[in-house]
Amino acid sequence: MDTGAAISIDDVDIGYGGAPVQSGICVEIERGEIFAIVGDSGSGKSTLLKTMIGLIQPCRGAIRFAGKPLAEHMERGAPPFGVLFQNGALWTSMTVEENVTLPMELQRYSTSAARPALARFKLALVGLAGHEHQSPASLSGGMRKRAALARALALDPGVLFLDEPSAGLDPLTSRRLDRLVTDLRDGLGITVVLVTHEIESLYSIADRMLFLDGEAHRPVVLGAPAELAKSAESAKVRDFLRARAAVGALHPEAS
Amino acid sequence: MEPMFRIDGDELVLAMPVEGVAADCLARPLSDLGLAPGTARQVLRVEAPPTWRWTTTDAAFLAAVVGELDGATRVLDVRGVPKELRSLLDLARARPATVEPVGPRFDIRARVGALALAAVADARLFIELLGQVVLLLPRYAAGRARIRRADISEMLADCGHRALPIVAIVNLLMGGILAFVGAVELEDFGAGIYVANLVGIASVRELTPILIAIVLAGRTGASFAATIATMQGNEEIDALTTLGVPAEEFLVLPRVVTLSLLMPLFFLYGSAFSLAGGLLVATPILGISPIAYLKQTQDAIGGPNFAIGALKALVFGAVVALIGCHQGLRASRSAAGVGAATTSAVVDSIIAVIALDAVFAVCAHALHI
Repeated sequence: MDTGAAISIDDVDIGYGGAPVQSGICVEIERGEIFAIVGDSGSGKSTLLKTMIGLIQPCRGAIRFAGKPLAEHMERGAPPFGVLFQNGALWTSMTVEENVTLPMELQRYSTSAARPALARFKLALVGLAGHEHQSPASLSGGMRKRAALARALALDPGVLFLDEPSAGLDPLTSRRLDRLVTDLRDGLGITVVLVTHEIESLYSIADRMLFLDGEAHRPVVLGAPAELAKSAESAKVRDFLRARAAVGALHPEAS
Repeated sequence: MEPMFRIDGDELVLAMPVEGVAADCLARPLSDLGLAPGTARQVLRVEAPPTWRWTTTDAAFLAAVVGELDGATRVLDVRGVPKELRSLLDLARARPATVEPVGPRFDIRARVGALALAAVADARLFIELLGQVVLLLPRYAAGRARIRRADISEMLADCGHRALPIVAIVNLLMGGILAFVGAVELEDFGAGIYVANLVGIASVRELTPILIAIVLAGRTGASFAATIATMQGNEEIDALTTLGVPAEEFLVLPRVVTLSLLMPLFFLYGSAFSLAGGLLVATPILGISPIAYLKQTQDAIGGPNFAIGALKALVFGAVVALIGCHQGLRASRSAAGVGAATTSAVVDSIIAVIALDAVFAVCAHALHI
């Protein structure tokens, strides 16, 4: 059933066996949208992301990409998404360029002659032109994230999953990465789903967000961050989203 | 399927094919496609049919063209591309390419020199660790070393009873093999009874200490290296250091002491099995009684051989533990570092044990033991 959405999450329960971490998740993520999954620690943000990308099976319900379950996409070949893992997860025995070309080789994407040029283009998009032959170990944390982003884009996916893209980065590098994600979305027209606990990132790039409540074990709200900060019924969500305002009040020079 | 370049007044025009750029065009020099050195202009106009739906290959090709022309003209104005494609091209152009780092040329002399220097530095670190442990021994003996008793129990269990089955099996088989080879050869000369001498002296003085050391290098030494390397990666050792507790005291000292003290016990245990292995194989082949075999063994071995074997076991235990800890401490902070430390611990321990055995042989010969 294709509803036109990039991703449909239909009444999904997630967990690792036993009691679900989150129950009854129903979300339609539109094409070209930047969608954030937020929540308190242990609320199942990363579990939801892992369930969406097929690393964990949902306890109940179904997840569809462009109306088709992930298994159907995989039968045809490449997954319909690219993933930026929290620590980059670059293959350390390969160069940066090889990290980007390997997914193309494994999926027989494009021609063998064109792959290096495509990899260089992806690396140029994330600002790593000239670093193709370096090893991941020689890159800074921010550069590793960008290299991993280029790898996630290797197969021109329609959806990009980002697991805590700002983790371990300084605020300036984090903001640059946010801008890059927005630019890539605008240029490539992709859908972006990110798990984050960075309030700044949430306000600056997310079109909509889903808040997972770790105590209630179910998602509580869905909507645009700025609107939810004003009008969310849940005090927990309002407090979460107003954390930035609180920081601004304590340190006005920072805001 | 090939894009075409042409000059139109002050503009360089790039006509894109209806189907988009073929992937193989990305691998060809742009001069092959008509972008000659003198054709650079300040304006690049992209002409595309209305039905053109650009792909990443088109974008990569245009980025390569723009990159080439950016180098030739100061400011290149790109016209005629859709808004999204323009934003991608801007993104790719926004960060100028940095100079590609050129790796050093391969030079065998430089490589050998670097390896030798690294080996010397590593040996120096190992000797420093040995010195630190020796200096800490009095504190340990006085019960003032900062260690956890629970760790000692865990280590005793890990190095101790869990290693007993493998030590028994290896030594039993080794004694049996020695007896079999000896019996086949010596029986021809009517000297079958001397199989007991062969098995007894070879096992107790040489092979049992070495075999146990090799087994424990693979089992316990590797485990020490992996544990400490993992702690290094998790910054647990940094946490200890910031508390003023050196890793040499908290982690290395108890491991070295535990394995050094356990090894002579393993030696006795392993020797019993190797002698039993010899007995079980030699007596039926040679047709001699077990009592006669044991009496011959007792006469052959003697106290000095046992003492040398026990001393070797003690030293080998210390060396295996020290090498395991040393490799763990110098491991890089990654999962790969844990694997490399484990491998190095086993390989270095085996080499060190055999080299030390040679030193023991020379010393024993010089002392007429």
